[in-house]
Amino acid sequence: MKCDIILAGVGGQGILSIAATIGLAAVEKNLFLKQSEVHGMSQRGGDVQSHFRLSDREIHSDLIPYGKADLIISVEPMEVLRYLPWLSPEGGLVTNSVPYVNIPDYPDKDEILKEVRKVHNSFIIDADSIAKELGSSRSGNMVILGAASSYIALPFESLENAVRKLFGRKGEEVVELNLKALRAGRDAAPR
Amino acid sequence: MQSFLLLGDEAIAQAALDAGMSGMYAYPGTPSTEIMEFIQSSAQAAEGNVHREWSSNEKTAMEAALGMSYAGKRAMVAMKHVGLNVAADAFINSSVTGVNGGLVVVAADDPSMHSSQNEQDSRFYGKFAMVPQFEPRNQQEAYDMIFDAFELSEKYHLPVLFRITTRLAHSRAAVKRRKPVRQNDQSLPSNPRQFVLLPAIARKQYKALTALFETMPSEPLISRWNRLSRGGDRSLGILTCGIAYNYLLENLGDNADRYTVLSVAAYPLDRGLVSELVSNCEKVLVLEEGYPFIEEQLRGLLDRDVRVLGRLDGTVPRDGELNPSIVAAALGMKTAMGKEVPMLVKQRPPSFCKGCGHADLFSALSEVMKEIGPGRVFSDIGCYTLGALPPYNMVNSCVDMGASVTMAVGAADAGLFPAVAVIGDSTFTHSGMTGLLDAVIKDSPVTLLISDNSTTGMTGGQKSQATDRIESICLGLGVSREHLRVIVPLKKNHEENMNVIREELAHHGISVILARRECIQTATKNKKAEAAIKTNNRE
Repeated sequence: MKCDIILAGVGGQGILSIAATIGLAAVEKNLFLKQSEVHGMSQRGGDVQSHFRLSDREIHSDLIPYGKADLIISVEPMEVLRYLPWLSPEGGLVTNSVPYVNIPDYPDKDEILKEVRKVHNSFIIDADSIAKELGSSRSGNMVILGAASSYIALPFESLENAVRKLFGRKGEEVVELNLKALRAGRDAAPR
Repeated sequence: MQSFLLLGDEAIAQAALDAGMSGMYAYPGTPSTEIMEFIQSSAQAAEGNVHREWSSNEKTAMEAALGMSYAGKRAMVAMKHVGLNVAADAFINSSVTGVNGGLVVVAADDPSMHSSQNEQDSRFYGKFAMVPQFEPRNQQEAYDMIFDAFELSEKYHLPVLFRITTRLAHSRAAVKRRKPVRQNDQSLPSNPRQFVLLPAIARKQYKALTALFETMPSEPLISRWNRLSRGGDRSLGILTCGIAYNYLLENLGDNADRYTVLSVAAYPLDRGLVSELVSNCEKVLVLEEGYPFIEEQLRGLLDRDVRVLGRLDGTVPRDGELNPSIVAAALGMKTAMGKEVPMLVKQRPPSFCKGCGHADLFSALSEVMKEIGPGRVFSDIGCYTLGALPPYNMVNSCVDMGASVTMAVGAADAGLFPAVAVIGDSTFTHSGMTGLLDAVIKDSPVTLLISDNSTTGMTGGQKSQATDRIESICLGLGVSREHLRVIVPLKKNHEENMNVIREELAHHGISVILARRECIQTATKNKKAEAAIKTNNRE
């Protein structure tokens, strides 16, 4: 078993908490993992990505080769397109539909979504609205992770446990909101 | 023992604590920052009373670490690759003084310049200083090698260079820990003149250093990390350095034993191993992250004894970091690219945060500079360098820490008036103060804007040595009270700030404008922390 995931977004959107959740879940299942992150200059509103590799065998490279990613998870619709060269022909993608506009020449949203839909196995979700309905506008990233959960070779319960561990310090209320977001994402996605 | 999910940086930090380090010294710099941050947040470090304060710059960090080593304790100093330029004077001489307590110098290189202005390869510094070097292949080795690095350092009384690159620094994997070792007791060097580099002493110690360095390749603590594995296919041999080995294994998969491979992770390299590799194959592919450091040595000046493939003949790109796809191409293997990036995808460069004080300062400055003319703003290393990008297009230089001040001075010497320097608070205390002294002594017609956000912002908000000290530093260096102006970079102060800038630009002498407003990121963080404390108190 191997599962190579690219996490994409804009600096400050919280892709690292998605990564941390999958990471904790993988540790619980005793899997090998490597997770390469971006720190530094790009975190100031630039494009950021994390290569996340899960396997039941030892993983060598911290980076995923081109054309080998099983999944792209993106919290921003244009950003998902930036990493298509990494996606394998059988791979899938899950992305938020809500653009993060911090550049003057941001393309038309519909044109972006048209490009996303050209990928055979793609799922677009309005994570911001779902999170807002749940009363936790900052949990959009957990909605997206939930929507992507069926593609990730980990039991859903392990992701839930990971959320409990990751947000436990912030209190029961925050844990519950994030769990709700995770489940809402899963329920919104096709099985 | 339990395993932990650690960044390469964190593995190094945890190892140093477990290896009995008594003092950690550093100045923040991507990709090295998390080493100190890990130690600052470690309960183990607090219990062991490990020194863990940031230093003003990499040179003061290196020297303080050398001082701790003098007093017999284990010390580590960490910096980004260009930080080693700043620390170089102390670093190069520390190999001639040698050490007492173990001293490990971590240099984190940034090939592909993710967050840097060049991609210099620190291994040249190790060779230059004639010290042993480690270059771990993965997070576990990063952890394990730190123990060897300290042991080696104390065995030969030499500092050790520990070289990593961005990918290892910022990638997480499981790491198994060892039982912690007790810290050293304080002790003085047995030779009281060891650290006195007067020429007569230095000559003697330098001669001894050159002789010692010759023996290093066969030292087991180094050679055990360099592994030759023989393969059946003689058409190609492969030499990898550090993490390049992972990209090779990624591509060879189940055929890992096809070629003869020399996997290097410690230097200086044993000639015997290289010769064995060369005699087992027709040509050698060299895969190394960074400059063609080993490749150049292998080719030699005449480049005719061994057929070498690598960065110098185009088999591997001359610059930039490696990745599995580049290595596949170098091996002549097919790579399958996914779909191309659609044309509509735009670049998304980093930008000022919403509500950033630097942005408000640049708004005022750019409007004033429109009245004066282009090409006069020298800047520095930090978030405010983003003032070079639209809509401001305001920054004409970004070279090295502190260069804004001194380049403005030099340009003023050439007659450019007004010359403007923009520097951040932490960069100012890192390397800007001495330049300001030059300007004060000559009363250079330079306007220095210190954009003080009271933190080291670009690297994530570390404590700035400048906080609450900038006025007294400037006055102490001799800036006149009349030309030390303080403004608050906020939109509502825009007109007023423009007037202050105008007035000081018109002054034919040195003036300093201190634009002070807390970084919006740290301000938010601090507010949250305060709110949390209040809630806790109520409960």
